[in-house]
Amino acid sequence: MQAVLYFVKYLVFPGFLFSAVVGLLTTWVDRKVSARVQLRVGPPWYQPFADTFKLLGKEVVVPAGARHTGFLLMPVIGLAAATLASTILWLVNLRPESSFVGDTIVVLYVMTIPAIALIFGASASGNPLAALGSAREMKLLFAYELPLVIAVLTTIVKVGSFSFEKILMYQEYNGVMLGSVSGVLAFVVMIFCAQAKLGFLPFDIAEAETEIAGGTHIEYSGAPLAIIRLNTAIMYLVLPLFIITLFWGGVNFIGWRILTSVLKYVAIVVIMVLIKNTNPRVRIDHAVRFFWGPMFALSAIAMILAIVGY
Amino acid sequence: MSLALKALKKSPWVFHVNTGACNNCDIEILDCLTPRFDVERFGVLLVGSIRHADVLLISGPVTQNVLSRLKRLYEAAPRPIKVVAFGACGCRCGIFRDGYNVVGPIDKYIPVDAYIPGCPPKPETIISGIVKVLNQL
Repeated sequence: MQAVLYFVKYLVFPGFLFSAVVGLLTTWVDRKVSARVQLRVGPPWYQPFADTFKLLGKEVVVPAGARHTGFLLMPVIGLAAATLASTILWLVNLRPESSFVGDTIVVLYVMTIPAIALIFGASASGNPLAALGSAREMKLLFAYELPLVIAVLTTIVKVGSFSFEKILMYQEYNGVMLGSVSGVLAFVVMIFCAQAKLGFLPFDIAEAETEIAGGTHIEYSGAPLAIIRLNTAIMYLVLPLFIITLFWGGVNFIGWRILTSVLKYVAIVVIMVLIKNTNPRVRIDHAVRFFWGPMFALSAIAMILAIVGY
Repeated sequence: MSLALKALKKSPWVFHVNTGACNNCDIEILDCLTPRFDVERFGVLLVGSIRHADVLLISGPVTQNVLSRLKRLYEAAPRPIKVVAFGACGCRCGIFRDGYNVVGPIDKYIPVDAYIPGCPPKPETIISGIVKVLNQL
């Protein structure tokens, strides 16, 4: 019985179905805000759903030089990992007692799997541009993981616990992490790392449509491409939620807090869209230098401030 | 009409290839994405890889060097794919028809679903051409 319940949670609410719908709506917000920034009208709200259903109905082409299993299996693994991260985050936010020891670390690990799956899948396609894209994705992964982990540790040091329940309770009684200096610094680092994790401008180096023609996505068509896009959509839901949980007191569906929760989420999404729309693509060496230089320094300062108690 | 086909009408992704045009048509295609015409309203996106495309938009007469690539591109596209010949050169080779390296119009080599004439076609003509292609589905 318990197993069935977990299965329903994973597949329907707050797992796959819920995350996919909200994630796709988020990508619509992204496209609409981008369009308004560029003084365009932008697509209607059902656009991401139309894209997904269309791709599911298209022919799936597997290139002659590709390894079939790896090429087709990797997007599914990435989607499963993104869904797992989303399920854990929603559960701890809606019912904090379902938190377990070290769930922050589990989420941190699970969130890297979509990127690694994309690297494997692109390498299996046998396309030289995809190989270039996956090499860049790998470098980017090494670059942003360091400041990301230190920024997450800032909150953990301040709270003194690895579980989301304690982090949420701490923020309930002592005010949100964004109210402290270390929290603000770590929050800024997290926003930039999320930008790189989602592959958005200025860090869309691995995809780079105008330069390497889609990079890691180049050989994917039909249903696998739909799965990869769904994957990005769910990660678009997971990362803002992760940031809100760690730094902004979490989300909640009880009474008036439903409104503030949605506002927090949309605020972070809009910040990310504005960064996306006002920056050109950087080169991979610039990106690595950016994350290992200023972002690492900023997160280290935040960490030290958190240890001292600010 | 099936759900996938209905969705396809709402999100045609366009892959644009130049088979030897003078680049004027390509500028007009980018015009469609600007704030004045904004074809993203209708779900039209310009994609970077042929594997993502639903519409193959070809501008220019076919030159000797590009012929084999054009055929491979058509074979590499996931079905259903619609081919649109773009501009006076795309339809009938235009001013390049006597060129020493031009081997003929696009429809001599791959099946074409719609023609958008003009030198270059206006953005309104392009949008009307795409609508006609989608109504064939």
